[in-house]
Amino acid sequence: MSLPQSVNARLRRVPAWPVYLVGVLPVFWFFYLGLTGGLGPEPIRALEQELGRLSLQVLIAVLAVTPLRKFTGISLLKFRRALGLLVFFYVAVHLAVWLFLDVQIWNQIWKDIVKRPYVTIGMVGLVLMVPLAMTSNDWSLRRLGAGSWRRLHRLTYVAAVLGAVHFVMLRKGWQLEPILYLLAIVALLAARVRWRELRGAAKMRRVGS
Amino acid sequence: MAGRWKNDLKWSDVTPKADYLNRRQIMAGAAAAAALAAGPALSGAKIRAVPSAYSTDEAPNSYEDITSYNNFYEFGTSKTDPAKNAHRLTTDPWSVRVDGLVDRPGNYDLADILKGVTLEERIYRLRCVEAWSAVIPWVGFELADLLNRVGVQPSAKYVYFETLVRPSEMIGQKSRVLDWPYREGLRLDEAMHPLTILATGLYGEEMPNQNGAPIRLVVPWKYGFKSIKSIVRISLVEKQPQATWNMQNPREYGFYSNVNPEVDHPRWSQASERRIGGGLFSRRIPTRMFNGYGDQVAGLYAGMDLRKFY
Repeated sequence: MSLPQSVNARLRRVPAWPVYLVGVLPVFWFFYLGLTGGLGPEPIRALEQELGRLSLQVLIAVLAVTPLRKFTGISLLKFRRALGLLVFFYVAVHLAVWLFLDVQIWNQIWKDIVKRPYVTIGMVGLVLMVPLAMTSNDWSLRRLGAGSWRRLHRLTYVAAVLGAVHFVMLRKGWQLEPILYLLAIVALLAARVRWRELRGAAKMRRVGS
Repeated sequence: MAGRWKNDLKWSDVTPKADYLNRRQIMAGAAAAAALAAGPALSGAKIRAVPSAYSTDEAPNSYEDITSYNNFYEFGTSKTDPAKNAHRLTTDPWSVRVDGLVDRPGNYDLADILKGVTLEERIYRLRCVEAWSAVIPWVGFELADLLNRVGVQPSAKYVYFETLVRPSEMIGQKSRVLDWPYREGLRLDEAMHPLTILATGLYGEEMPNQNGAPIRLVVPWKYGFKSIKSIVRISLVEKQPQATWNMQNPREYGFYSNVNPEVDHPRWSQASERRIGGGLFSRRIPTRMFNGYGDQVAGLYAGMDLRKFY
């Protein structure tokens, strides 16, 4: 048995449910830190940032599942739904912190969403994730059929790019950290493109014309 | 839920601020005594400073808040980087080059600059352009004292400042996130205003490195980034000088950058702010025109369209 095969065989015996359990822990941990001074003098801002960063990190893990299988043969597919739902959970708490702890002023919230491009972009990303979270179950997968389910879930790519752009935009100046997140996401999306087929199609088009 | 958690501590059990400040003083111990013996300002833990009528009566933030939450990109872009990295900075010896349109240009040693000035405690509000704020008990003297001493020539219209460039100690300067050196400028009347100070300490102690040691500008009615830190050059000039954030993004950061709740930053509202140190459930407070110093400084901008000159 090759290495990827033996890894896959071992992974088959690991259940996916502990991912949910472990995944919600950081959120409680951050709130605990915020209440006890562990997030510094501005815990609301820090909480927003930690949750935002965590959602992008796990989102990158979600996007890495397919390239990992393509290039190494190791499949983490059975954990992907749990990771994806965790991303949605983190983003939802991130939004809740912004609404209820940070801004708190309802007419300013709406103005921010409409007027501030980085807020608008973040909100669009979140809204795109709602149908994804709602259909992350076996019943929806059967109901939609594998083809349309997969097409719908390509929205993940859009949401991921929007999330990273949101991060780049909210920093003062061009800062390295958010740009690295954006590059990682773009690279993982590029790793999905079947370049050879694309080139082949282009050649066909040229021959045809 | 507030009030659900009970214990047997009472408000009377809380250490009064005067006592914990005293405790710090005692811990500083012999060093403080030596400093008082050695001289008025620089060399120790406790600086003698006289109170000022310009101080706010609002409660200052804790020493920990003020020294652990900083924007000082020379030491990294995160709020906690300066407290982590600024200890590497050598602040002694330190001199400031004073040049341009002045009668007595030269390299002034810090001790020389402080000779003959009266250090005051100025408790000022600080409003960051990022919509957070703090109350800080600075120790410093009026910039006008220094400018009068070096003799400003009549043709000078602006004052230009520069921060030290020393990437070996200011490790944030190894990245090109800003165009170093950090630069700032004031119109001459703003610089001569009695609220504008050069600060050399806070909470009665020598300026912590992360707050801009050993000498920094404090202009309380402008966004915090105008109050340039760790100054090595002051130049009197005729034309409006360069200012780092204005160079970086002129649409977002104007030369004046007066605190103004009615002119939003393109990416966020400036109508409200959050005082740091209030915990997870602190509420925003309305931002005041000129950060609440309008009575003293509004006259400087009479007839100017502050939406245009933001």
